[in-house]
Amino acid sequence: MIRSEILRDIAPIIRDHLVVCNIGLPSQELHMIDDQPTNFYMLGTMGLSSSIGLGLALSQPKTVISIDGDGSVLTNLGTLPTIANNVADNYILLIIDNGSYGSTGDQPTYAGKKTKLEKVAEACGCENVVVCNDVDTGKVLQEAIDSKKMTVIVCKCDSGNIKLPVITMDPVVIRDRFMKAVAS
Amino acid sequence: MNIDKKITDDLVANGISFVTTVPCKQLAGVIEEIDARDEIFHIPSNKEDEGMGLCAGAFMGGKRPAIIMQNTAIGVTINTLATLIQYYRMPLPMLISYRGELREPVACQVEMAVHTKALLAEMKIPTYHFHHQKDVEELDAILKYTFMCNKPVAILTDANFWGGYGDQ
Repeated sequence: MIRSEILRDIAPIIRDHLVVCNIGLPSQELHMIDDQPTNFYMLGTMGLSSSIGLGLALSQPKTVISIDGDGSVLTNLGTLPTIANNVADNYILLIIDNGSYGSTGDQPTYAGKKTKLEKVAEACGCENVVVCNDVDTGKVLQEAIDSKKMTVIVCKCDSGNIKLPVITMDPVVIRDRFMKAVAS
Repeated sequence: MNIDKKITDDLVANGISFVTTVPCKQLAGVIEEIDARDEIFHIPSNKEDEGMGLCAGAFMGGKRPAIIMQNTAIGVTINTLATLIQYYRMPLPMLISYRGELREPVACQVEMAVHTKALLAEMKIPTYHFHHQKDVEELDAILKYTFMCNKPVAILTDANFWGGYGDQ
């Protein structure tokens, strides 16, 4: 499965929760598949989906799912020790690990070579790290939500993209809509 | 006057309850004070752009955030300031240790100091410079201004403000 197929699969699960979605194609795909006020789309700032999600989870009680990519986590690798040392049991980091920088043309990442992000996360001190295959993402994600324990999921999948338009919604509208959903 | 306590009191009085820090020798006292306060959740960051991501999340979660960092971080965070904090119009007080100013002992710090105000001006970030200890009296008003206008605001605090580096 490629990322967009996984997002289509998990859309019914994540639509009831707060979602911080990674820059580029992941946000465009989620926006097209199931646009919700509970989705925060990143339009820029590669690497910070996990950090925004952690800050959000630490600041309010609702479940937060950060959808990130292997390339983005590598960009902001310092996020993993911060996550490990500031446990928020309403926080799930879902790393869709397709071993490539999808939005920029599927150039390979080091996660697709020798680097294992699940081992990095564990070495950083993350206590619940789950590796899954693409087809099992929904099941593993639902279990993580139900466990009410902070969880890092590394979902191994194929690289590949679909053609779709950019998000034209104004960033302040995205943010305002999202904040109202957080507060509701 | 204990500056560290005064700064922390002003943060608390303005409802700031989520503070991320990347340390600096000059900021050690205020970071210690923040860490000791029950009213503030203190979360150290490994890099300042990561810290701004945490602050953006905290703001959307209903908290008032702040970041404490060195001026060298301006070089690190230009993209995050432009495409996250400013683009989504979020407030972010930035208490910044202004290294490389008068009484600075480390020459390399001057290399970023000379760019600091120019970069902040280019980013159209409201900028205040605390040079004398009494300048801290404006902090309360600066914090109110930040959350009024929903912008990142820089508060540069130099070595003279902090009382120099002792024997270094």
